Amino acid sequence: MKINDVILQTVTKIVVFIILTFGIELFLAGHNSPGGGFIGGLVLSSAFVLLYLVHDIETVRKGIPFDFKKIAAIGAFLAVGTGIGAVLFGEEFLTQAFDYFDLPVFGETELSTVMLFEAGVALTVVGVVVTIISTISEDV
Amino acid sequence: MIETMITISLVLFTITICIAVLRIILGPSMPDRVIALDMIGVNLIAMIAVVSIMLNTAAFFEVILILGILSFIGTIAFSKSIERRVIIERKRDR
Repeated sequence: MKINDVILQTVTKIVVFIILTFGIELFLAGHNSPGGGFIGGLVLSSAFVLLYLVHDIETVRKGIPFDFKKIAAIGAFLAVGTGIGAVLFGEEFLTQAFDYFDLPVFGETELSTVMLFEAGVALTVVGVVVTIISTISEDV
Repeated sequence: MIETMITISLVLFTITICIAVLRIILGPSMPDRVIALDMIGVNLIAMIAVVSIMLNTAAFFEVILILGILSFIGTIAFSKSIERRVIIERKRDR
């Protein structure tokens, strides 16, 4: 049977970028408003799930040649590493620091190490969810 | 005035969702159920928009976007499962 899903693939080309942008926006919304690493990671992985749905696993793996297990491992390492970094400065484990900087485009911005921790959480969530989805659908 | 309108619209949306749930339970075929689920998603988005007007806040806009994305992906997954019996293919033969 000939498959015809031109409309779905054309829509997906645009929608995936909207979802990825929204995921990064949720991730950057950070710790003062709704959002953060976990939710941003989930939205990012829903974009990958949409790609897996519309195309097949081989095509997506050719286009995005990352090993998502390694991405999950890097994320967990980053999240724990920010905690260890606080220990190196004589503080307690997972103590977070922040300060205000004058950035060229954004003006005065609050930069904190919570950002790195959230990045680790987001990478872990993306890696684990995409690994689970692609492992479930392995032998069909 | 606007309070009454918002209350009436919320009640009507609730009745619509109840009818869609009835269609999911009774529905003779699977496509009926999938379309009823999509309809529940759309009505939930509309209800959240009305509630955010009622509470006069912009905090629920992310909820609307996420609900739209997840409802879209869920509908695609359900229809692909009905149409081809497999949701994520390993290698597409064409």
